[in-house]
Amino acid sequence: MQPIPRRILMVGLLLLGLTWAWLSRADPALVTGGLAPAPQAGFLAPDFTLETITGETVSLSALRGQPVIINFWASWCPPCRAEMPALQAVYDDYKDQVAILAVNAASQDTLSDALAFLNEIGLTIPVPLDTGGTAQRLYAVTSLPTTFFIDADGVVSEVVVGGPMTEAGLRARIESLLEATP
Amino acid sequence: MLPILQIGPLALRTSGLLLLIGVYLGLGLAERRLPKEGLTPNQLYNLTFLAAIAGVLGARLFFVAQNFSLFRNSPLNVFSLDASLLDPFGGIAAALIASLIYGQRKGLAFWSTLDAFTPALAVFAVFVGLAHLASGQAFGAPTTLPWGINLWGATRHPSQIYETLAALVILAFLWRRSGRQDMPGRLFLLFIVMSAGARLLLEAWRGDSSLTLGGLRLAQVIAWAMMAGGIFLLERKSAVLASGNTGE
Repeated sequence: MQPIPRRILMVGLLLLGLTWAWLSRADPALVTGGLAPAPQAGFLAPDFTLETITGETVSLSALRGQPVIINFWASWCPPCRAEMPALQAVYDDYKDQVAILAVNAASQDTLSDALAFLNEIGLTIPVPLDTGGTAQRLYAVTSLPTTFFIDADGVVSEVVVGGPMTEAGLRARIESLLEATP
Repeated sequence: MLPILQIGPLALRTSGLLLLIGVYLGLGLAERRLPKEGLTPNQLYNLTFLAAIAGVLGARLFFVAQNFSLFRNSPLNVFSLDASLLDPFGGIAAALIASLIYGQRKGLAFWSTLDAFTPALAVFAVFVGLAHLASGQAFGAPTTLPWGINLWGATRHPSQIYETLAALVILAFLWRRSGRQDMPGRLFLLFIVMSAGARLLLEAWRGDSSLTLGGLRLAQVIAWAMMAGGIFLLERKSAVLASGNTGE
């Protein structure tokens, strides 16, 4: 038997590739466009309701329509403390357009330490208390600080694990979130 | 998944560390397989170093150019040690341009130089898979298969392991061929064709694909085009070689 000419083999391979690409087409709902709730870029940010340190109740889903930044922190964590002034600075400039939540990992912090730190730097950002650790579990927070950037549709656009984040980095991310906001 | 490696007070991003190890091992291996004539080990490392520096500078400059208003009031932020303020395409473009200029000045042969880097690229691809596994990126579609892994709140195809295994097979295949100087460019083009083929195949089990027209997965369209381009160049170069012209 004559061996199959190389050129025909190659063309066959390419046709096979095209067929495979066609067969593995995906339903937009089954890839990340499908917005499964998960703490990962491209997914719908999992919803939570927590009480803030000043006694108000805050729900993530109620903030839909504007970009949201969720920063998980604790008073004993040096990079958390180091990046908080940068968060406050961008909060001062963008608070009408962007919601910022400085979620205190209260299940692994004490209220007195958290309050002492907040008073020390004069923080005015809302501070929800994650007393039972629910939000940390939902957001799979394994190290502090961890910061989630969420767009106006409630989709996580970026997760920054660790810190401290720079003010320039925060501004860059906020501007790109605002640019994408209708 | 092991995104962060905690060593005492030091928190290292595991994926970044793996990519660095990949570059280190890849270059070491590439150095051992350099053909007798052509690129010297010094040129291999100089070219890598130059491309890395040009890449970082280009990536930052492109980022600043695109986000100029952010830096107008605080120009010193241009030097901010923040790896997220980089534009990957600007970086790749600058690295390629710098490499081409270096290659032209040193009189390096284009295809042979790409061949010299191919073992490094093949090793790097293995570590990209491991880095994805460590960070949980490039994750698979949900599955009920017994080898599914629990990731992002679902049992998913271990797409990162598929990717790593494919890269290992490609590395093993290319390793046997490296160091031979039969046709300049063959090793590199084989790497491109095989890697694109692997991506075309494996993308089907990914859960994070971006879609394009008709629900086609964008990565598969790009991979198919790269495979077609690679095969075309391989065939053309073989034909030129057969007709007695090396094409260099």
